[in-house]
Amino acid sequence: MSHYLLDIWQPAGGTPEPAELAVIGARLDALNAEIRAAGEFVFAAGLHSPDAATVVRPDGLVTDGPYVEGKEFVGGFWILDVPDLDVALEWARRAAAVIGLPVEVRPFAG
Amino acid sequence: MIEQVYREQYGRAVAILTRVVGSIDLAEDAVQEAFAAAATAWADGPPPSPVGWIVTTARNRAIDHLRREAARADKLAQAALLHAAAGPTEEGPVRDDRLRLIFTCCHPALNRPAQVALTLRLLGGLSTAEIARLFLVPEPTMAARVTRAKAKIRDARIPYRVPADADLPERLRSVLAVLYLVFTEGWHDRPALAGEAVRLARLLRELMPDEPEVAGLLALMLLTESRRPARSVEGRLVPLAGQDRSRWDRALIQEGQELVRGCVRRGRPGTYQLQAAIAAVHSAAPSVAATDWAAVLTLYDQLARHDPGPVVRLHRAVALAEVAGPAAALAEVEPLALESYHLFHAVRADLLERLGRDAGDAWERAIAGTDDPAERAHLRARRDARRGT
Repeated sequence: MSHYLLDIWQPAGGTPEPAELAVIGARLDALNAEIRAAGEFVFAAGLHSPDAATVVRPDGLVTDGPYVEGKEFVGGFWILDVPDLDVALEWARRAAAVIGLPVEVRPFAG
Repeated sequence: MIEQVYREQYGRAVAILTRVVGSIDLAEDAVQEAFAAAATAWADGPPPSPVGWIVTTARNRAIDHLRREAARADKLAQAALLHAAAGPTEEGPVRDDRLRLIFTCCHPALNRPAQVALTLRLLGGLSTAEIARLFLVPEPTMAARVTRAKAKIRDARIPYRVPADADLPERLRSVLAVLYLVFTEGWHDRPALAGEAVRLARLLRELMPDEPEVAGLLALMLLTESRRPARSVEGRLVPLAGQDRSRWDRALIQEGQELVRGCVRRGRPGTYQLQAAIAAVHSAAPSVAATDWAAVLTLYDQLARHDPGPVVRLHRAVALAEVAGPAAALAEVEPLALESYHLFHAVRADLLERLGRDAGDAWERAIAGTDDPAERAHLRARRDARRGT
């Protein structure tokens, strides 16, 4: 089994309407239940937007906001423990379909 | 002898070793060492089963290597050693290891140039330098591409297996696209590259005899390749209409047509089979005038259902012009969103001329739209030929 990070590429800007978010949330819960049932779930979380981020630099300087301004930011992520890339890609495909946003799949090093 | 075995069996040996040792890099190194050892060991003649000898020797080399790594307390090497020592080198009765290797090389997590380079390197047994020459890129660029792709297979753990039935159609499309890309790259002026594509398509056909699109792709390649002797005269391109059909390769045509007939019997058409069927109709015609254009048009109608893109509709319009006249064809061509495609302008120019209208602007756009010198010269000649009459 191998660990993969699945991270959601969220565009900077508005979020969907509350009603739409509620539908997405319910579908995500169902998907997470499936991943758990498969024994492949390690961790998952949604993140606040980069407006809430604080950056600490190597010299100890603390600054408000994201390190780099981008068109996209990581909106949330999963850590999965699956047999190989194909299994990770299949969960990512399902996740992207539920959220309507691209999901990046990255293998853990080591 | 060794060269021939290398060419024919390199991919197979690497495919088996990759399964046994679990690493493409180690498999490649071991197979190359085995071929190097064969140079002395086979001095008095090859063993009864050359490929068996190569695989056994390579496996022993790989196990030696893993033992050394394992002695240094490398946990991964220890695990791989257990697997390699226990695993059989015989292939399963159902599936050739090369099939796993093809699907790994053409995995959608790799970009297309990487898929192409890996397929030629690992299955075709071409050296990185050879692939670089065939694709007209510097050797370090190609070497970096191959290294990066192999690293991604390892790090992202792209699986070494034939996809499950549910994923097979989509994954097979990617494999076919890679082989067809190799063929079309070679079609213009690199027959060796086109030859590699045909060789790999033959292999895939052998491995997947029940997939009609595989047969369709092979047929399309063979029927296209059959026209190579007639497609240029003194460096000038000769379009299908002007080719000396007596120069077409009859053996390739016969083989291609036989494959197309097999596809028709199966009744599961797809884009490669339909393109092959169109090529088969042309290959059966003694001249342009004697071509069964109605059949060509029907096949394009079917093709457009599988591939509704404007390029197919453009080609369909060429057949339509022969069946229903240039005015009907031009009406089909005009609305196509192919402004940046030089053949769009060339087809338009031809149809305008046949209708007795001014085609000068369309010819200029067609000529400006391609960088290929032979294609440009050919378009200029066509423009000037019409002007002269």
